Amino acid sequence: MAAATRGAVGLPGILKDAAFYALGTFALCVPVVAFRTDAGPTGGLELTPRWGLVLALCAAIFLARLAQRLILMRRDARRALTPARSQATEAVGATPNAGQRVSMLALWLFIGIALTLPVVAALASGSLGEGRYWIDLGILILTYVMLGWGLNIVVGLAGLLDLGYVAFYAVGAYSYALLSTTFGLSFWVCLPLAGLFAALWGMLLGFPVLRLRGDYLAIVTLAFGEIIRLVLINWVDVTGGGAGISSIPRATFFGIPFTAGEDGFAARFGLTFDSMHRVVFLYYLILALALITNVVTLRLRRLPIGRAWEALREDEIACRSLGINTTTTKLTAFALGAAFGGFAGSFFAVRQGFISPESFNFLESAIILAIVVLGGMGSQVGVAIAAVAMVGGPEMLRNLGFLKAVFGQGFDPNEYRLLLFGLAMVAMMVWRPRGLISERTPSVALGERRAISGAHVSEGHG
Amino acid sequence: MTRPSPDAEAVLTVDHLTMRFGGLVAVGDLSFKARRGDITALIGPNGAGKTTVFNCITGFYKPTEGKLTLAHADGSKHLLERLPNHAVNRIGRVARTFQNIRLFQGMTVLENLLVAQHAPLMRASGMTVLGLLGLPVYRRAEAAAIERAKDWLGRIDLIDRADDPAGDLPYGAQRRLEIARAMCTEPVLLCLDEPAAGLNPRESGELNALLRHIRDAHDTSVLLIEHDMSVVMEISDHVVVLDYGVKIADGTPGEVRADPRVIAAYLGVEDEEVEAVEAEVGLTVTHLEVEA
Ligand SMILES: Nc1ncnc2c1ncn2[C@@H]1O[C@H](COP(=O)(O)OP(=O)(O)OP(=O)(O)O)[C@@H](O)[C@H]1O
Ligand SMILES: [Mg+2]
Repeated sequence: MAAATRGAVGLPGILKDAAFYALGTFALCVPVVAFRTDAGPTGGLELTPRWGLVLALCAAIFLARLAQRLILMRRDARRALTPARSQATEAVGATPNAGQRVSMLALWLFIGIALTLPVVAALASGSLGEGRYWIDLGILILTYVMLGWGLNIVVGLAGLLDLGYVAFYAVGAYSYALLSTTFGLSFWVCLPLAGLFAALWGMLLGFPVLRLRGDYLAIVTLAFGEIIRLVLINWVDVTGGGAGISSIPRATFFGIPFTAGEDGFAARFGLTFDSMHRVVFLYYLILALALITNVVTLRLRRLPIGRAWEALREDEIACRSLGINTTTTKLTAFALGAAFGGFAGSFFAVRQGFISPESFNFLESAIILAIVVLGGMGSQVGVAIAAVAMVGGPEMLRNLGFLKAVFGQGFDPNEYRLLLFGLAMVAMMVWRPRGLISERTPSVALGERRAISGAHVSEGHG
Repeated sequence: MTRPSPDAEAVLTVDHLTMRFGGLVAVGDLSFKARRGDITALIGPNGAGKTTVFNCITGFYKPTEGKLTLAHADGSKHLLERLPNHAVNRIGRVARTFQNIRLFQGMTVLENLLVAQHAPLMRASGMTVLGLLGLPVYRRAEAAAIERAKDWLGRIDLIDRADDPAGDLPYGAQRRLEIARAMCTEPVLLCLDEPAAGLNPRESGELNALLRHIRDAHDTSVLLIEHDMSVVMEISDHVVVLDYGVKIADGTPGEVRADPRVIAAYLGVEDEEVEAVEAEVGLTVTHLEVEA
C-alpha cells in the first residue's frame, strides 16, 4: 500500500526532506530577500543585508514541512487501520459523542466569557475606561457572531449560498438611521422595523432567485449586495450618498439617555457619570441580540420549518415529493436570515452614530460567509468560534510586537492580515473542508441525541 | 391471489397521456386505470417510459398532452397535471419513491419520517409561531408524529436505527425507509419506482409483505414499477405493460405473462417471430384476449 510505504520512511527521512525544503528556501531567498536596496544619500543604491530574516524564513519553512509530514504520517497510519468510510454499511462513528460534548462545553464557555467580559476587562486593566479596548473588541466580535448566526440560517441550514448578506445589514442600518433622523423614532421602535424591512428585502431578493442554484445563486446574490450599495451611494437625496448619514441618535437606556445631566442614566441610578456606561450597555445589547438569534435558530431547528430547511439542503426534489412547498420554505429562510442581519445593522448604526455605504462592501459579505463556512455550516458553536478567530485574530496581530525583533523595525504584522486570512482558509480547506464543527446534531431523537458525522451531511446545491 | 374487481372504482385514471422531450416521444397516448385498493404494476423494458409516467403523475413533469384524474374515497376528484409539484402530494395525496433512492442522508431515520409529516406539523405549530412559543398544542402534535413514525419504524424493522443517519443504513433498509417516509404523508396513491431493485431474495420477500400490508391495512392504492418479475407476478392485482412509451398490454398478471407482445418486447423480437421464440424457450402459451 502506498500509504503504508510512505509512512514507513521514518523520522530521519522526514528530517532530511524538511532540510531539503529549507535549503530550497535559502536558495530562493538569497537573491530576493537577503539584501534590501535603498536609495543612498548620493542617489546610488545601498544594500542592507537581512540575513536574520532569511534565517527566520528558512526555519519557518523547515518547521512547517516537518509538521506537515508528521501530520500526514499520522493520518496515513490512521487510515490504514480503519476501513474506508464508504464501505461502512453498519453503524459507524461511535465517537461523535465526544465532539458533541466538547461543543456543548464550548457553548457554555463562550456564553460565560461573553457575559463577564466587561467586568473582567475592567478588573484586569484597572478601570472601565482602560478596559474599553477589550469591550469594543467584544462588541465587534459579537456583531459578527450575530451576523454569522443570521447567515447560518440561509447558508448552513437551508443550503442557499448567499454572497450578498451585507445588503440586509445595510438595510437595517439605514432603516434605523433614516427613521431616527427624519421621524425621530427611538431605537426600540426602529429595531423591529429595521428587521421587518430587511426581511422584506430578503423576500424581494428571494423571489427572483428561487429557481437558481449553486454558482448562479451566488452570483445573483452578490450582484444584489452591490446594487444595494450603489443605490445607497447614488440616491443622494435620501441616503446622503457617499457622505453617509451622521449624528444618528445614540442609544438610550430604554428612554434614559447616557448623559451627565440631571435626567441622565448615571444620575437616575445614583452612579457617578462615566462615558463607559453607554459602551457597556451597547455590549450587553449586542450580546442579548446575538443570544436571541441563537435561541430562535436553535428552536426553529426543532420545528417543522427548521427540519424543512435542512431537508431542502439535503434534497430539494424529495422535499417536493413530500408536499413541502419549497418556494415558501426558501423565502422564509431568506427573510429570517435577512431580519437578523437587519437587527445587527440597526445596532451597528446606533453604535457608530455615523454610517456610509463604505461599511457595507463585498468584503463584509465575504467575511461573514467565511465565518459560516469556517465554523462549519449549520453549527452555532462553530460559527461563534470562527467569528472570534476571524475578527479577534487580526486584532491580536497588532499585539505581536516581538515579530519586529525578527523581521526588522518596519514590520507591521497588521499589513499581513489578508495574507494570513488566505493561508488560514487554505489550511482549513485542506484539513477540515467542512468547517471546524462539521457534525450535525439531530433535531429529535428517540434515545440519546448522537451527532451525525459531516460526511453524510449535504452542503446544499443552491 | 388476485382480486379481480372489474367495476371497482378507479383511483387514478390516465387519459391519453403523451410526454415529448423535443423529438423524443417518451410516452405516447397512454391510457389506463389503477383501481382503488389494488396494487397496479407498470412494467416494460429499460427506457420504456415508466419513470416518465411517474414524473407526470407526481407533478415533476408537465405532460405534453393528456389528463390525469385522481379520485379520493370521498368522491372528490383532482386533475394532477394542473396541480403544482408539491401540491400533488399535499392536495392530490399522491406519494412516491425514486428509482435512485432520495433520502435525506444527513438526517436521522426518525427525522426523515418527521419531514414527511411537515404539513400537519406545520399547521399544529401555527405556521411556526405557536411552536416557537413552545405551546402544548404543538408538543402534542409532535409527540403524535413521533408515534406514527415509530409505528412505521416497527413495521419496517428499523426501530433500533431510529437515531442513525439515513445515509448509514444498508441499501435494503434505505428502500424500506423511503417507502415508510412516503407513507407518512398518508397518501391515497403510492407510486413506487423499482422498490425491489438491488434487494436480495430475503429483502425482496419482506418488501412483498410490506406492500401487501400497505394495500390491506391502509386506504392506499399502490402503483408499482418493477423489473423483478417474481415480485410483479406475486403481488400485483393488475399489470400495465409499456414499450417505447406505448401500452402493449393491460390485464391480470396471468394474462400479461401469456401475451405474445409482452414476450416479444421483453425478448426483443418482432411479433411474428414470437411463436418461434416461444417454441425455442419452451413456453406454453394460452392466448388470452387482451385489450391493447
Ligand atoms: N428529462 C428528460 N429529457 C429528455 N429525455 C428524457 C427525460 N426523461 C426521460 N427521457 C427519455 O425518455 C425515455 C424514457 O425514460 P424513462 O426514464 O421514463 O424510462 P424507464 O422506463 O423508467 O426506464 P428504466 O427501466 O431504465 O428506469 C428515455 O429514452 C429517456 O432517455
Ligand atoms: Mg425508470
